Amino acid sequence: MNQWWIAIIAIIVAPIIGGFLAGIDRKITARLQGRYGPPIVQPFYDFFKLLGKSRIATSRMQFVWIYGYLVFMITCVVFLVLKLDLLLLIFLLGFAGISFVLGGFSSKSPYSHFGANRELMQILSYEPVLLLMALGVYAQNGSFMISEIMKPGAAPLLPSLWPIFIAVLLVLTIKLRKSPFDLSTSHHGHQELVKGIMTEFSGPYYALINLTEWYEIVLVLGIVALFWANPLWVGIIIALAAFVLELIIDNIAARMTVGWMVKFTWAVGLVLCVLNIAYLYLIKGGA
Amino acid sequence: MGIINTSRIKSPWIMHFDNSSCNGCDIEVLACLTPLYDVERFGIVNMGNPKHADVLVVTGPVNRRTARVLKNLYAQIPDPKMVIAVGTCACSGGVFHNCYNILGGVDKVIPVDVYVPGCAAKPEAIIDGVVLALQKLSKALGVAK
Repeated sequence: MNQWWIAIIAIIVAPIIGGFLAGIDRKITARLQGRYGPPIVQPFYDFFKLLGKSRIATSRMQFVWIYGYLVFMITCVVFLVLKLDLLLLIFLLGFAGISFVLGGFSSKSPYSHFGANRELMQILSYEPVLLLMALGVYAQNGSFMISEIMKPGAAPLLPSLWPIFIAVLLVLTIKLRKSPFDLSTSHHGHQELVKGIMTEFSGPYYALINLTEWYEIVLVLGIVALFWANPLWVGIIIALAAFVLELIIDNIAARMTVGWMVKFTWAVGLVLCVLNIAYLYLIKGGA
Repeated sequence: MGIINTSRIKSPWIMHFDNSSCNGCDIEVLACLTPLYDVERFGIVNMGNPKHADVLVVTGPVNRRTARVLKNLYAQIPDPKMVIAVGTCACSGGVFHNCYNILGGVDKVIPVDVYVPGCAAKPEAIIDGVVLALQKLSKALGVAK
């Protein structure tokens, strides 16, 4: 019964935290650009306004996939707070991403298709890194369970898995849709091709995508926080520092091409992960 | 419904459409987004997609070619929506009035809520126009303002 309450509280609280983080994102970005910026609660205004807009449908399947995206993402957050299997969480995150891509593909707009193709390339970039992260955790702890990572007295992961942590920071940039990897859709380029996959979503369905992104922010920052889960507040500080770092990178970096993103994340992210796991197994003798 | 109505006032996303403007007003519209005026502090974001927009900001007189595009864009914006005509040309046709290819102001094609005159309209006037449109909307929704 206790588990149910934790899950329900997480489902309610996670989007509120995510919304405030999105507001802080817009405020800090504005300040970095020499502007005053919107109030912190601005994402909530946008969300409720979008909920009140009329529904314009371009394809019926689109909405099924959007609900799939939301439900899978909520499931991921529940997996995280209930300290379940990390590997399964990453597969569910893959399902969520694919639902979003299929939502983009389900209308006939070429812009939507462009965005969906690029979103697929993004999944291709970050999914292997996340899988290898789970393997790294296994090599260190001998278990995929998040409860094992957060067990009282367990050693923090960061000292032994710091190369994987750097690779996960790359994933964080992709998942938060920040430059140089804001390819399928961006929070800034509203007039560009990169509005891409969002093009055909309007009104309440666009609001649902915003809601899912808030869950996503909390989820990926939660995964970053797992690297120092004992005590957890150190992990949360590391996650927030990573978030601010992403904002600064977002504002100083230009957008790169899709091919560059895949090459870069594989060349840097995958190599770091493989070297780290190889070190753990060959030099230290495994779990 | 209260929170949704309040949010409507707090988060107007504009879409800018250039009919056959001389680009004077367009540059002034874009100037609103610069750090000097920074309309994002009122929640105003310049969207490129009619499906995400709430306010259609139109510059320039309507000609026979753009009339069709303008109607199409207006139809693609989900309700509730508002139209602001920016610049003398968009209000009445301006110096292009009675040209063979010009239909006249924007109100010849779609209903206009707020007119912002000026050649070119100043950024302050455009921001005033958006505020006026929001007041009109809040009166229509019955939100105290």
